[in-house]
Amino acid sequence: MGFISALLMTDQNESMDVRYVANLARLNLTEAEADQFQGQLVQILDYVKQLDELDVEGVEPMAHAIRVENVYREDVVVPSMDHDDFIANAPASINNLVRVPNIIE
Amino acid sequence: MSALHTKTISELSSLLAAGEASSVELTADVIAAIDAGDARIGSYVEMNKKQALISATAADARRAAGENLPLLGIPIGAKDLLNVKGQGNRCASKLLDGYTSPYTATSVARLEEQGAVILGRMNMDEFAMGGSNENSAIQPCRNPWDTTRVPGGSSGGSAAAVAADLAVATLGSDTGGSIRQPAAFCGCVGLKPTYGMVSRFGLTAFASSLDQIGPLTKTVADTATVLQAISGHDPKDSTSLKVDVPDYSQALKTDVKGMRIGVPTDYFSEGLDADVETAVRAALATYESMGAELVDVSLPHSKYAIAAYYVIATAEASANLARFDGVRYGARVDGDNPVGLVKGTRAAGFGPEVKRRIILGTYVLSSGYYDAYYIKAQKVRGLIRKDFDEAFEKCDVIAGPCTPTPAFPIGEKSDDPLQMYLGDMYTVPANLAGICGMSLPCGFSSGGMPIGLQLMGPSFGESALLHAGHAFEQATEFHRARPATSTEAS
Amino acid sequence: MTDFVVTIGLETHVQLNTKTKIWCGCANGYGAEPNTQICPVCVGYPGTLPVLNREAIQKSIQAGLLLGCKINLRNKHDRKSYYYPDMPKNYQITQFDEPICIGGGLDIEVDGEKRFVELTRIHLEEDVGKSTHFDACSGVDYNRAGTPLMEIVTEPCMHTPDEVVAYLSSLKQILQYGGVSECNLEEGNIRCDLNVSLALPDAKELGCKVEIKNMNTFRGIHRALIAEIARQKKALETGCEVLVQETRRWDDDLGRTESMRSKEDAHDYRYFPDPDLMPIVLTEEEVDAIRATLPELPEARKARLQSELDLPEYDAEVLVADKAVADFFEATVAEGADAKQASNWIMTEVLRVVSEGDGEITSLKLTPTHLATLIKMIKDGAINRSGAKEIFAELLENGGEPSAIAKAKGLEAVQDTGEIEGFVDQAIAENPQSVESYKAGKENAMQHLVGQVMRFSRGKANPQIAIELLKSKLDA
Repeated sequence: MGFISALLMTDQNESMDVRYVANLARLNLTEAEADQFQGQLVQILDYVKQLDELDVEGVEPMAHAIRVENVYREDVVVPSMDHDDFIANAPASINNLVRVPNIIE
Repeated sequence: MSALHTKTISELSSLLAAGEASSVELTADVIAAIDAGDARIGSYVEMNKKQALISATAADARRAAGENLPLLGIPIGAKDLLNVKGQGNRCASKLLDGYTSPYTATSVARLEEQGAVILGRMNMDEFAMGGSNENSAIQPCRNPWDTTRVPGGSSGGSAAAVAADLAVATLGSDTGGSIRQPAAFCGCVGLKPTYGMVSRFGLTAFASSLDQIGPLTKTVADTATVLQAISGHDPKDSTSLKVDVPDYSQALKTDVKGMRIGVPTDYFSEGLDADVETAVRAALATYESMGAELVDVSLPHSKYAIAAYYVIATAEASANLARFDGVRYGARVDGDNPVGLVKGTRAAGFGPEVKRRIILGTYVLSSGYYDAYYIKAQKVRGLIRKDFDEAFEKCDVIAGPCTPTPAFPIGEKSDDPLQMYLGDMYTVPANLAGICGMSLPCGFSSGGMPIGLQLMGPSFGESALLHAGHAFEQATEFHRARPATSTEAS
Repeated sequence: MTDFVVTIGLETHVQLNTKTKIWCGCANGYGAEPNTQICPVCVGYPGTLPVLNREAIQKSIQAGLLLGCKINLRNKHDRKSYYYPDMPKNYQITQFDEPICIGGGLDIEVDGEKRFVELTRIHLEEDVGKSTHFDACSGVDYNRAGTPLMEIVTEPCMHTPDEVVAYLSSLKQILQYGGVSECNLEEGNIRCDLNVSLALPDAKELGCKVEIKNMNTFRGIHRALIAEIARQKKALETGCEVLVQETRRWDDDLGRTESMRSKEDAHDYRYFPDPDLMPIVLTEEEVDAIRATLPELPEARKARLQSELDLPEYDAEVLVADKAVADFFEATVAEGADAKQASNWIMTEVLRVVSEGDGEITSLKLTPTHLATLIKMIKDGAINRSGAKEIFAELLENGGEPSAIAKAKGLEAVQDTGEIEGFVDQAIAENPQSVESYKAGKENAMQHLVGQVMRFSRGKANPQIAIELLKSKLDA
């Protein structure tokens, strides 16, 4: 089968609750968005399922593109950023703190 | 308007050194070209005209004092997701409206140290997510060769500006092909370095283990110049490699006798546009006629690259974009409680493609799915890397198509995310493997749209790319072509 | 009344005392003006990247070795996702499945009984910002964000609030001695999450686990545990409420734990290896090198104080219990004070004041130099004991200089023999009974006479000289 045809084969049997996942990601979706994304993402997940065709027994997961270890920084103080720049970027502030609605613990 | 803005870095460097032009004149000329010609293209989302002229003046002063670095006084555009102190950093998103960066990305700082003039911020797909620049929340970007077509993405503005002579060179970023694909669509040179060669500090992260910054330029020689300036270890980036950066100018040779060019047979099959295949095969024939040896190489796992990529990249992105919550910076939408604030801000600030990818990434990391998706994809990534390691034992560079089709019409794929993703099929493998890749012009479609030849090299193989690329470029005329509507007339 | 088995496990977060934060070069420390010890990295600005503080790993290894842990030669960091305003990246960089230390434990003593508390693991992570709550909003200070944090997890092996406090005291002592943390509770260097469950004695599994978050005083922890155990007991016995696995907070004013109002009960942290950070791979040699630099632990210091300074075991034990106290003691001795005198003063007067205050000897205005000077002044007879106590009180209140204070308050002892002789004669003249008793062999009578001399001299006579003069006059 051609390379491209293999890529385009999908079937819809994946189940994902887009609203639940959106909540985990702190995204508010409109009904229309949720419906549209549900369909599109199910299609993409079906496409991703082809990874199951491969035998990955004994293969190490490749978490990084480079083999590097022990990257450190020395414990030396460097100047902090300008407090005014930080507060200027904050959408709201109070007493030099970043202001947010009440955090209820 | 003079023709200064149509020249290459090499040419301009000579002119500036000879005193035949000043950086101020050059910068002003590029600005004039942008003012006259960018309205129809939309490649710049922000210009820093005043600051640019100040920098140009300073560069001229440095030159007067005796300095002569290759990039001294050369104006360069930076993709809108590179932090530059004192500038906005919108990443073509509404969410970052109002944020002013307090620091400069290392790659940009290195250009500034060398005397380059940072001219403006280039249009892109929002948060680097897209293959057409259609996801920009700021303004559309059009292909200068045909403004009804996309310039490619996500570094669409970076490529379009160079192709239209509205920028001498630009910096872009490449996570799944976002430098190479727009370079192919717009007919310029675009290079993604080996992962870790260029510092990511200051690059707004999309996928941390895949992102790299790279140059988009008019010629391969120019790419070597910019790459030289930005490459090398940065202690502020833990993923930055402690390796010596070779002298890339030494790689600009025209003799390829005996060079082994790998031909990826898996990439030439149904779905590849006939014009693209013709142009690429002609390029391979050109290499052969120049004395290079063509060797078939097999990359059997590349066909799984898109699937693996969209798991890994979205997973990393879902965490990288979590910080955009309207709390410390950006366009906050108020809420009754912190959760409401965050949800409202992200709902209003992110475009649909960004939301889709965040949701997908969150899902593949979520409880119960991590092993099935994320770990599996990381293992497939290892297999893809192994393919390349084995291929590079048989060849020096791999040459093949960069994109399955030339630039497509605006709107053609915007309703079908999966179709859009499949356009990355030839570029994504290099990101997963961490190797280097470059696109350069190799022909035109029957419709007059540029076609890109993709060269891929092993890790730290940038010199091989530059060598093979420069030789091909100098043996052909494709790099001289400019879109009909260039601003040369005035 | 049912007998339940109470099981308690602790997750203790200890701030390391490195000079800088874990991922960036901002100063690490308490008390700065809000949002002044920050940079783009630790406040999660776009495009920033973490780089690991070498000292943070060193100190974690030191702590692990002091606590008898096995050091995981290969360890790495992961991202733990959750959204909160004090989380700059909305994920915390922590260690999930490959932490730096495994196992370990420490000895505690409760009511004379020795026990060993086992640890599960120690991992290195980052602290979050600090929220302050106002009427209509909350405010966040990110100075604390990025402080290196060691999370020390115990096995669920403690059974009483006393054991928990003993464990924390022991842990604090070891970490202070190790020099890895100041362990200053006031400054938030140590915070605990308590996991409590009750089960029937013959139950195979642990009962319903309740977590009490963010405790930061020993007293609070003790109170909270007593209250929570009582609550769970009552619930299990009477069914007045249904116990659920949840997170609660301790309300010190109300004297009870309250359910935390969080919208999601089960966090999906979505751990994955942090792609911005490279793995840490240590060698046995490196660990051994660190082992060789470990500081003197309490037991060793106690033995040394006994042998070098001839201190009784009791004194040495009391002094080494808190590293800062032992440091204060040794500094006092280094300034020339007699070791036993210094020990007495610290064990009685100084520690009393410390326990009435915030519990930290370093908070006192009184310094080792002050105390050493005071002790020397007494030895030289320049002041007497009651004068010393007054000067001591003044030093605590306002600091200052002992001899200057003595002069200002007119506390300088009367050393002039002639002057004292006058008071001695007066005492002999006015107390014939005592004189008779003394001559008859009752030594106590001497004390009365000395007391009279002190009274006449308004407490300023040098008692030694008074005694000598009295004896010379009466023994004759």
